[in-house]
Amino acid sequence: MSSEKFDYFIKGEKGKYEVVIGLEVHAQVLSKSKLFSGSSTKFGADPNNQVSLIDSAFPGMLPVINEECVKQAVRTGLGLNAKINNHSVFDRKNYFYADLPQGYQISQYKNPIVGEGKVLLDMPYGVREIGIERLHLEQDAGKSIHDMDPTSTYVDLNRSGIALMEIVSKPDLRSPDEVNAYIKKLRSIMRYLDTCDGNMQEGSLRADVNVSVRKEGDKKFGTRCEIKNVNSIKFMQMAIEYEASRQVELIENGKKVDQETRLFDTKKNETRSMRSKEDAHDYRYFPDPDLLPLKLEQKLIDDLKKSLPELPDKKKERFIKEYGLNTYEANVLVSEKEISEYYEEVAKLSDKKLAATWMMGDLFAMLNDKGLDISKSPISAKHFAELVESIKTGEISGRIAKDIFEIMLETGDNPKKIIDLNGMKQLSDPKELEKIINEILNKNKDKVDQYKSGKVKLFGFFVGQTMKLSDGKANPKLVNEILTKKLK
Amino acid sequence: MTEITRQSLNEIIEKVKTKKISSTDLTKAYIKNIESAKKLNAFVTTTFDQALDKAQQFDNKPNFDQLLPGIPLAVKDLFCTENTKTTAGSNILNNFIPSYESTVTKNLWNNGSFLLGKLNCDEFAMGSSNETSHYGNVINPVGDHLVPGGSSGGSSSALAADLTPATIGTDTGGSIRQPASFTGTVGLKPTYGLCSRWGIVAFASSLDQAGPMTKTIQDCAIMLESMSGFDEKDSTSINKKNEQYSKNLKDNIKGLKIGIPKEYRVDNMPKEVDELWEKGKKILKDLGAQLIDISLPHTKYALPTYYIVAPAEASSNLARYDGVRYGYRSKQGKDLIEMYEKTRSEGFGDEVKRRILIGTYVLSSGYYDAYYLKAQKVRQLIKKDFDDSFKKIDAILTPSTPSSAFKIGEKTNDPVSMYLNDIFTVPVNLAGLPALSMPAGVDKQGHPLGLQLIGKALDEQKILNIGYAFEKNCGFKNEIKKWWS
Repeated sequence: MSSEKFDYFIKGEKGKYEVVIGLEVHAQVLSKSKLFSGSSTKFGADPNNQVSLIDSAFPGMLPVINEECVKQAVRTGLGLNAKINNHSVFDRKNYFYADLPQGYQISQYKNPIVGEGKVLLDMPYGVREIGIERLHLEQDAGKSIHDMDPTSTYVDLNRSGIALMEIVSKPDLRSPDEVNAYIKKLRSIMRYLDTCDGNMQEGSLRADVNVSVRKEGDKKFGTRCEIKNVNSIKFMQMAIEYEASRQVELIENGKKVDQETRLFDTKKNETRSMRSKEDAHDYRYFPDPDLLPLKLEQKLIDDLKKSLPELPDKKKERFIKEYGLNTYEANVLVSEKEISEYYEEVAKLSDKKLAATWMMGDLFAMLNDKGLDISKSPISAKHFAELVESIKTGEISGRIAKDIFEIMLETGDNPKKIIDLNGMKQLSDPKELEKIINEILNKNKDKVDQYKSGKVKLFGFFVGQTMKLSDGKANPKLVNEILTKKLK
Repeated sequence: MTEITRQSLNEIIEKVKTKKISSTDLTKAYIKNIESAKKLNAFVTTTFDQALDKAQQFDNKPNFDQLLPGIPLAVKDLFCTENTKTTAGSNILNNFIPSYESTVTKNLWNNGSFLLGKLNCDEFAMGSSNETSHYGNVINPVGDHLVPGGSSGGSSSALAADLTPATIGTDTGGSIRQPASFTGTVGLKPTYGLCSRWGIVAFASSLDQAGPMTKTIQDCAIMLESMSGFDEKDSTSINKKNEQYSKNLKDNIKGLKIGIPKEYRVDNMPKEVDELWEKGKKILKDLGAQLIDISLPHTKYALPTYYIVAPAEASSNLARYDGVRYGYRSKQGKDLIEMYEKTRSEGFGDEVKRRILIGTYVLSSGYYDAYYLKAQKVRQLIKKDFDDSFKKIDAILTPSTPSSAFKIGEKTNDPVSMYLNDIFTVPVNLAGLPALSMPAGVDKQGHPLGLQLIGKALDEQKILNIGYAFEKNCGFKNEIKKWWS
């Protein structure tokens, strides 16, 4: 597929080490209410304003499963090409913490709702298949706030009981870049499915990162460490790099890597031991007697499958086939549902290939600059398509297009209007162009002579002068042709 | 006037309906009884003012079509009652006032009744003698030295002493049937899922079930009808139509097949219990029922299984009492862990701590398979024993308890002997079946003894019918002398 080769190894003195990574991604389910109560899940409410008696675990309160959350998990499972389990069980994971009102988290342990699946990553060195071990539903905990008071801890239970999907990958990832691609792919799939908004700032997507290292070529995995609750891709990558190096150093110094849970300190850029395997919690999992096993009718699964939208992998193939894009372009344009939708609208009204180039160039640069999502783009798909079409027909030059683009941003006008108002149409009349070119050649006889005596680099000078004299409107293709003829 | 409180719920309802007594006068009669019965320690909280208000409201605008028109009722303090303190017999909830009403009590109030007070019980319903309550032990009206049974001991005592016309308890391993048996009253543990668990302080979720405690079988049918019903707030609630148990009560049991399980004849069982069982068999036979010897081979594993499953669930259910959001919080403790430790050490009594420890142990990694998982498998076998038997019989007759009420303090230092008191009642909870304890006679000391009828799942009507027929022909009369006032 590509000439690039995978090359991410930690170099020690005694050889190269491969980094083995597995992720446990916690994705907040998009749903109006919590997993087992009717409380709202909206982000940003005042503390403890979205808390029911169930979320705060009052005596005698009982959980009732939210069907929509179950459907969302099934949709996500289907999106990950995974096996959906008709029978799954909710278990209690018991531990004490101030922001865990029940004293246990309702989760799924032995029998998750979704089994094995896979995700494909387009890497520069080819397609990588990353195995999904499982996906299960569980409750989120509340939030402990330690910095509001010097002596007390405050607890906000708004998040308590919100549905999370824990998506566990197999230890198939091999580099920070692959982690980046994996998270983005998961996020993209879930956003296509509308099952998770993937908003990492708001904590809708977080991950525990399992890292181990082994000598290149070794078959056996090394001892892994789990880095808890990392909430940005950048931090995940930094944590992996630090952790892998730390482990290599230990091994090279003849020491052992201890299996333990570690924390990533984003300020010091290092991982620190949180608790060793010996101190690991005994969660005393057992089936939650307040909930019956979750039984899914095959028909429900089939119906959900039928109603799934087109997902990025499929859409990518279609874009390549239908619009003649290359893999890279297709990958970029399907990465977000909204981008793909914008592109398809533009492509319908203009040249498909040119639309891709201009979207990925100027449009993305502008959005990036302004920090906007494509859904908030100040230039509509329709106007953008008109601009692309004008370039394609030769009505305007690429250079002029950039100016028009700027004006569109400022005024919100459509490109036609801007072209007419500012007389920006490309100069494509050969006679007019010849006139301008003759003028330039006459003014610069010395340079013409130099050119003819072999200083061919001066060709660019003549082109530039022509553009300048025509206010940038000269059709570059024609200018080239005429100049070549005249300078023979 | 005071004699009204000696009567059955059904008789009282008739009197109210025919306007022979007003709800207010009825309520006053019970309040008078309660005030003169403080020695029994049956109540944790009384709600007299509120009850009199409700009675007045009823009298002003009576609705006689209700199942419980204008009837004051005291309930076990395990049911959360809106704006009325609910303690579960524990120090850790000694200041807890729920903002919500349990589904079962709400059903009772919706049928015309109202709250008279909250009845003492073993702490978190863990006990067989009502001696583990933080609010002191309850005394059995049968004798001042006797326990009323447990955990619904306040309920059985109050009922037998005419402090409430009927009541409700919860039964996790016998907590309704054993105290009923000890006080000469009727107690029914319904099929698991028939009564909602929503708003009941949880002990062991897969076993807990609320049920009626009454003076007669007819009363039991009325109460069951009033309190049961599907509740979408409880995922284990059974979605079915409500039944009219009292209207459909019949005393013809001709041709019914009654199973007699040989495993319920245990060593060291007092002779009177055995004789009583024989008497029960004879009565049913004389009424035209057919007695069939059956075997429930896994019965002997029921008690150890129960004492793994129930504490396991309890250890998790009681984790929420941590002093963070409500209930008792220790003033000591420098950090979170210490606050937890002090709060729970001071908040829970010994029996509760014992069960939390047992439960935590059996769920621990390395022990889970040997205890909890094994217990769940045995539980399935116990259930299968019943399922197999019920293919050929209609109901099972057994003694309710291996003895009559024991003395206060007699078993407090011997938990295993205390646990053994539940030997005939726990298999039913493990299997999720309905079972009724009905008074059948007395032992040599004149202390009441009960017999237990076990039915198929959702076959409450049938065991009520058998009990109804039995009651009419048994000739038992609860002769309790009012020694306490």
